[in-house]
Amino acid sequence: MNHRMGAWRRRHVLGGFVGLAALGAPAIVRAAPSGAPVRVGGTLSLTGFLAQTAIIHKIAAEIMVEDINSRNGFIGRPVEYIMLDDQSKPDVARSLYEKLITVDKVDLIMGPYATAPILAAMGVAQRYGKVMIQSSMGIPHLQTYDMAFPATPFGPEPDKTYPNVILDAMASLPTPPKSMVIVTSKFPSAQFMAKGMRLEAEKRGVKVPLYLEYEAGNRDFGAIAARVKEANADFLWVGSLGLESNQLLEALRKLDYTPKTSFHLYPAPGPLALSPDGNLVWCSTFLEPDEPFMSRPGMKKIAELYKERATKANLPYAIIDAQAAGMVAAWQILEAGVNGAKSLEDKQIAAWLKKNVVTTVYGPTKFDGLYNHGEPAQLIRQVQDKKWKVVWPKQFVAPGVKLIAT
Amino acid sequence: MPSGTLLGQALISGVLAGGMYGLLALGLSLSWGLLRLVNLSHFALAFLAAYLTYELGTTYHVAPWWAAAMVVPVMLMIGLAQHWLFDRFKVNELASLLITFSFAVILEVAIQLYWTADYRRFETHYSTMSIKVGAFYIPVLELALCMVAGVLAWGTWLWLRKTYVGKALRAAAEDADIAAAYGVDHKKLAYLLSGMGAAYAAIAGTFIALIATLAPAQIWAWLGVVFAVVIIGRLGNPLGALLAGMLIGASESIAMAIFAPAWAPVVSFSVLIAILLWDPEWL
Repeated sequence: MNHRMGAWRRRHVLGGFVGLAALGAPAIVRAAPSGAPVRVGGTLSLTGFLAQTAIIHKIAAEIMVEDINSRNGFIGRPVEYIMLDDQSKPDVARSLYEKLITVDKVDLIMGPYATAPILAAMGVAQRYGKVMIQSSMGIPHLQTYDMAFPATPFGPEPDKTYPNVILDAMASLPTPPKSMVIVTSKFPSAQFMAKGMRLEAEKRGVKVPLYLEYEAGNRDFGAIAARVKEANADFLWVGSLGLESNQLLEALRKLDYTPKTSFHLYPAPGPLALSPDGNLVWCSTFLEPDEPFMSRPGMKKIAELYKERATKANLPYAIIDAQAAGMVAAWQILEAGVNGAKSLEDKQIAAWLKKNVVTTVYGPTKFDGLYNHGEPAQLIRQVQDKKWKVVWPKQFVAPGVKLIAT
Repeated sequence: MPSGTLLGQALISGVLAGGMYGLLALGLSLSWGLLRLVNLSHFALAFLAAYLTYELGTTYHVAPWWAAAMVVPVMLMIGLAQHWLFDRFKVNELASLLITFSFAVILEVAIQLYWTADYRRFETHYSTMSIKVGAFYIPVLELALCMVAGVLAWGTWLWLRKTYVGKALRAAAEDADIAAAYGVDHKKLAYLLSGMGAAYAAIAGTFIALIATLAPAQIWAWLGVVFAVVIIGRLGNPLGALLAGMLIGASESIAMAIFAPAWAPVVSFSVLIAILLWDPEWL
């Protein structure tokens, strides 16, 4: 009996110490999320042809979940991300979102990567009335669901706005290009932008003597290169994905031809920057690890963590860029929506997002425009000394950096 | 109308690209035609060899030809081991399709686990070198690939027709029982052929590492066109595979030059359908 009593006393004394320690602990420890986790379900293309980029989104998402949990989680509860592999197949994505919502009964969902899986998942989200934040849908007018929100600032009509950003940059050159060859993958978001580029270029008096489309995954660029060389325009616009830009530029070099100036839509950033053919090429971006972007809240820490994780994951290009930033922004928006609405109810989260401005790595983000989009902020970066530098529009250019004419 | 220079350049580019189709088709054609095994893992073996060449080249600075000398024996052993499994479980033509598809998927996942899904590119100083002949440019690497493919296809064709082993293999493919009655050990010859097929995949892989972009999912990018090449070139005919590869490559490239690059994938199957409808004697 005495022995049991002693044990009882010891437990209570220890309990008291723990209680006192908790009360005396810094606020950050006490604010750590507690209770049942908020389960957020989503898919990423961890295998299949989109896996090259989806791995970037995976790393960014994991960093963000840790980051959110190191603060207050979602309304004081820890966040658990249930990530499934959609194999780069929209039909698999659709089935998995159905499973996440109906079988796993997740509280919230996070959008997948790339236009086709996003569209597939959006149908499911709409059927069950779930808020869906997506980081990478390049064709905004297809986002017709009222509770779908874009994390990347394409703006509602990037096929009209972004070509004009490029045309403005071209016009700023000492000898503005007067003709443009457009070569694009038939990948939907690239083709969509290429058509817009052609229309806007012609509207502004830039001739397009050659417009070519090739199938995504094209193996041989020899004949395309021969046509580009023969057209010999002042500017080459390439609607590329992955390493297609490297392949086309190499094929051109084999014909002893270097385009005067070239732009590349969604290339693999590392290989193009490091390639001997990549010097001074232009490319689309929304953010680079440079000023003014690094001054945005939390950006330095996220960029460092991303570099560490991407290096550990054996990614050849471990620098944060617009792909990873898209996923970072998606989680920042979901966090703001849930904590702002103080609810896990999808309708309340959606209503809060539509009324408020969310600060993300992309800056202040609004959802009050067409297709829930805010202002476009697609920029131009250029390879300078094997590094990407934002060179246009001027307000986003770091001190000492400028667009270099070729 | 495209200029003569453009058409000529497109033709050169297409024929050289067709060399890769032919080289990849070589091992597949031999295994399908002479062993009645449709080896879909041939593409995965080629990509595994490509990744090994890439790894040896970028991490250990091993020249591609030395890398090939190391990778070819490894792939040959894998080919032999694979055939042991086929033999052990008495795999037939249809089952081989499913089993080797599974092998390919497993290899794809293994490649992705080690090298990640990210794009890999083996940059060499000679990757963009060309020889200028008149108005035309001939890429050096693609030319070397075609020459190697030509030597292998011609050598294999001669071996199958002029040597006792080759004749025995062809006889066993026609009728294994009758061939056995004449003392042909079909089982041993089948191991030899499987090893050769995997070694050819390794050689193709070395060139894939030097010429193409590496990503695990790219394993499947060549499947359709190489199947068309194997059928057009006639099963078990190494020279036919190379010539069919060049025909398809040239047709794709000319279609890209005259019409639109997006038409290229249609070409290989259109040529296949046209030839099947024509039904020539050599098919």
